[in-house]
Amino acid sequence: MSTMTFGRAINAGLRRAMEHDPKVILMGEDIGKLGGVFRITEGLQKDFGEHRVLDTPLAESAIMGTAVGMAYRGYRPVVEIQFDGFIYPAFDQIVCQVAKLHYRTQGAVKMPITIRVPFGGGIGSPEHHSESPEAYFTHTSGLRVISVSNPQDAYTMIQQAIASDDPVLYFEPKRRYHARGEVDESVDLAATSMEDAHVVSPGSDVTLVTYGPLVPTARDAAIAASDDGLSVEVIDLRSLAPIDFATIEASVRKTGRLVITHEAAQSGGLGAEIAASITERCFNYLEHAPVRVTGFDIPYPYSKLEFHHLPDLDRILDGVDRVMGRPNSLSGLER
Amino acid sequence: MPLNDTASAGEDTLIQLLSPSGVRRENSDYDRWVADVDGPALQALYEDMVVVRRIDAEATALQRQGELALWPPLLGQEAAQIGSGRALREDDFVFSSYRENAVAYCRGVDFTDILRVWRGNASSGWDPFTINMATPQVIIGAQTLHATGYAMGIQNDGADSVAVTYFGDGATSQGDVNEAMVFAASYQAPVIFFCQNNHWAISEPVGLQAHVPIANRAPGFGIPSVRVDGNDVLACLAVTRQALNRARTGGGPSFIEAVTYRMGPHTTADDPTKYRDANELEDWAAKDPISRLATLLQSMGLMTDEFVAAVNTKAAEVAAKLRSGCIEMPEPEPMDVFKHVYSTPNSWLDRQQENYGRYLATFESDPAATEGSH
Repeated sequence: MSTMTFGRAINAGLRRAMEHDPKVILMGEDIGKLGGVFRITEGLQKDFGEHRVLDTPLAESAIMGTAVGMAYRGYRPVVEIQFDGFIYPAFDQIVCQVAKLHYRTQGAVKMPITIRVPFGGGIGSPEHHSESPEAYFTHTSGLRVISVSNPQDAYTMIQQAIASDDPVLYFEPKRRYHARGEVDESVDLAATSMEDAHVVSPGSDVTLVTYGPLVPTARDAAIAASDDGLSVEVIDLRSLAPIDFATIEASVRKTGRLVITHEAAQSGGLGAEIAASITERCFNYLEHAPVRVTGFDIPYPYSKLEFHHLPDLDRILDGVDRVMGRPNSLSGLER
Repeated sequence: MPLNDTASAGEDTLIQLLSPSGVRRENSDYDRWVADVDGPALQALYEDMVVVRRIDAEATALQRQGELALWPPLLGQEAAQIGSGRALREDDFVFSSYRENAVAYCRGVDFTDILRVWRGNASSGWDPFTINMATPQVIIGAQTLHATGYAMGIQNDGADSVAVTYFGDGATSQGDVNEAMVFAASYQAPVIFFCQNNHWAISEPVGLQAHVPIANRAPGFGIPSVRVDGNDVLACLAVTRQALNRARTGGGPSFIEAVTYRMGPHTTADDPTKYRDANELEDWAAKDPISRLATLLQSMGLMTDEFVAAVNTKAAEVAAKLRSGCIEMPEPEPMDVFKHVYSTPNSWLDRQQENYGRYLATFESDPAATEGSH
């Protein structure tokens, strides 16, 4: 067991995966000598060589498309998209090629590609640097989508993603890169499934579902709620596609109330999927309609306003009040 | 808006070893690449082109008869595809668009497999690794990146195979093709960009896509290029062999623009009479790739009755196999729709599959419903 930052944990996981399998190669802009704009790949080119850590030209579709060709040749590419907003030029290659080639070739061609995406806001960046595009990818069959929230998961799940024969989008909450935590480097990768959600803190009144950057915020909200006599169970999804509905379902059957929070815009987002699926599965257990606390349906705002857009502890508590039928910002409104 | 003609015409700039009238033209740069192509080898190229034209005609007929949903004909492009396809080694790997059926033929595809996608019976015709050719790509130009990435893999492996990607003139407008050339040049990847300039991207003429000959673009990326008569099978073979040799010996990528003509529609769904002049078709018919080789063979005394009969018999046999293979293709199983989305179980899909299985089972357990379905 050692203490390391989130970013260092990903680096350690990448290193372990590269040591374990010579077919693992890293590709991306500035990931070699610089070690990536967030230094996640720092030192890896020096230790593994330029043929395994490729500094690529600035062309996202090409990074993704050549990774497809590498996978055809038997490699396991790990692609870094420098910032969330830069994934859109690669969208076609991801949804039309990476996601579909296994299906299209009736299983003959595997696409074990891991796509690392630093995502989300809260670091005061300019436009295109703080987006939450995960729902575009959870909507696409053939892809697996995960988001990590702590150094241990960051370390474990990057290795699970690389080992997976399916393509995996690995969303890294960039505002948590410097958070520190305990990491057990001897963890047995096979012992946990990449699809399992985790109950971060147990509770009996409200189920609060989130992932990635908002997990610590949700945990803080649960602590604040407990001061108010409310017991909130916080679930970290970890896997966004597929979602481990069994874990949420079990929690909601116990609490009868569901709040979902994410940074991404509300409409068509993961909160909608979770609310609908849980309502279908345990309608008779619900004491209140599920509530979403999310980013607004706006382009990501300039940094001086981003903290209005991002759900924080108080907005989450307001959502908790709504499912509890307690006085809240929307009390008395019919919507 | 006037369209630029320099992208389409300019026969004088083309590498040509066989004139439209069937006369062998000497070329000090390229003759050595086809020095081994003797009479029987020329006859084999002729047979290939006749057979693939017959496959094309048969598949078009099958579409017209309602047996295929769609077919993209290659009529007119036989020389470009056979000339380049026959240059390849077994361990080379092809990433093509949907029109390279003659290349698939060269790779040894099972004839029926070519039709599976177009009949709607499978998402792909073949396992790419059995013939070292990816299944046809519909997204325009996307495959050029796959070839470049594959070539980078070859390079990492220290092998001397080559990745070859086929695309049309329209694809050169796509970002992916341009990005592929950037990457190929950056890494000096062993990849050949084989552009069949067939003059039409559905109804858009090449002059709309390019204001200079397409081959002129590649040197701007640092990739050597040639412009070859795409209706001259011998020249296509020669330039592809040269590019393969460059790639195998560490010389990096090459770009070949094979200037040819799509004599039919883009697919069986469009009608070229709506967008192009009949005279244009007539002009290109005079440059037909098969008849010019026939003339050469005739002058060599090789178009004997026996040879012509043997070729026609082979073509008829292949066409018959294609037709019976198409019509006898087994219907896919309903639950196959869920297969191969993921390599490993996925809880979302498993649930949908189970639920749909239960739904289908209700028809089996309800005799009235079963009767009603007939």
